[in-house]
Amino acid sequence: MAESSLRDRFERGLAAPICLTWELTYACNLACTHCLSSSGRRDSNELSTREAKALIDEIAAMQIFYINVGGGEPMIRRDFFELIEHAVDQHVGVKFSTNGTRIDQAAARRLASIDYLDIQISIDGADAPTSDRIRGTGSYDQARRAMDNLKAADFGQFKVSVVMTRESVEQLDDFEKLANHYGAELRLTRLRPSGRGVDVWEALHPTLEQNRRLYRWLLERPNVLTGDSFFHLSALGEPLSGLNLCGAGRVVCLIDPVGDVYACPFVIHDEFRAGNVRANGFQDVWQNSELFRSLREPGNAGACTSCGSYDACRGGCMAAKFFTGLEMSDPDPECVFGHGESALAAKKVLLRPTPSPDHSRRIPVSISAR
Amino acid sequence: MTPPTALAFDTSAPWHLSEQVSLRDESFGALAYHHGTRRLVFLKSRELVDVVRRVGEFDSADAALDALVPAAERGRYVTALTSLVRSEILRG
Repeated sequence: MAESSLRDRFERGLAAPICLTWELTYACNLACTHCLSSSGRRDSNELSTREAKALIDEIAAMQIFYINVGGGEPMIRRDFFELIEHAVDQHVGVKFSTNGTRIDQAAARRLASIDYLDIQISIDGADAPTSDRIRGTGSYDQARRAMDNLKAADFGQFKVSVVMTRESVEQLDDFEKLANHYGAELRLTRLRPSGRGVDVWEALHPTLEQNRRLYRWLLERPNVLTGDSFFHLSALGEPLSGLNLCGAGRVVCLIDPVGDVYACPFVIHDEFRAGNVRANGFQDVWQNSELFRSLREPGNAGACTSCGSYDACRGGCMAAKFFTGLEMSDPDPECVFGHGESALAAKKVLLRPTPSPDHSRRIPVSISAR
Repeated sequence: MTPPTALAFDTSAPWHLSEQVSLRDESFGALAYHHGTRRLVFLKSRELVDVVRRVGEFDSADAALDALVPAAERGRYVTALTSLVRSEILRG
């Protein structure tokens, strides 16, 4: 019954994921520089409404309690409301991530009328200049307008979601004030070198000193949500709240817009593709994929074997290692003791993986105010 | 959001699994998800899962514990059920 044994059980996999992310579309009206899924253009092979509903039925049958819906911008899909209503009708809760551009007053009222619905609105700075540098001109004001509309529609508590960059990590108290202003929850996640993020990661990932401050700030605020994304910082001492493990293929996974299943939302790459739901459904992939089975085998501490903190951080994030060109047996590139930086520096030749699917737009995007 | 309820666990009163909770069996016990509070709770033994599923069949939590749990382990179960009352998995 000890916590550690529960964590071991999780690492061996569950009957169904705790946390299933489903990117509804690769289409997006923004072009954030750090986009995990390299989104922009819709893929012509995306799941149809009928296929998407069948997938929701399977999710309900597997008793997956809720799904994290994202994209791209999920609200761009014309059947967006039809799909989320189909899910909540079967008691599958929906939490969706949006840039907020499509939440006008009418959409806010409709969203407020749906039970079991949770919304995360993304910003990447506590002011327009900081946020817009990543998300595009005008995006911050549109996100704030969405928050205003949700508040006016009495939606209740939503989430303000921020990726921690070298700039945004300096604004932690401002994000807290902003969330409080709306009665919202604050959610902070880690910048990963996934998708287009690989191009900005080196310049934008927090410094060691910033990560130490972030860790202390989070430790004092267990109510700030993190999606378990900073477990690599738990090596600094007391563990942060959460499961503190890499859940890839064990307790989490990702379904992309064309039905491909990946080990986690941060590894949209051929090497981590477990299968496709169009073959024999999602449950078959979850239970029988060779990739997932291998991820559920006991881990190898690799270069971290001799580190006294391995139990706390378990070697960190698989995606962060993979996309920076490290081996799975190497430390996390943001290892709090600097072992990741040394490992990166020691590589004579750094072979970064070539990105797999890329749906980025080929022309720059401009957002018009509505 | 669900308003906070009385959080005391009166074992002489009847209790039942909240209608807002989904339970999913797992090898270690079960996962319980409360759709209202959006909290996930881990039930770490099959025996506890059985008590949580069936407590509503009895006139009181005491009666359920008498019928389902060895007397020597009763204290542990009361502790576990108290935390489930606090997280609104069980309702009075």
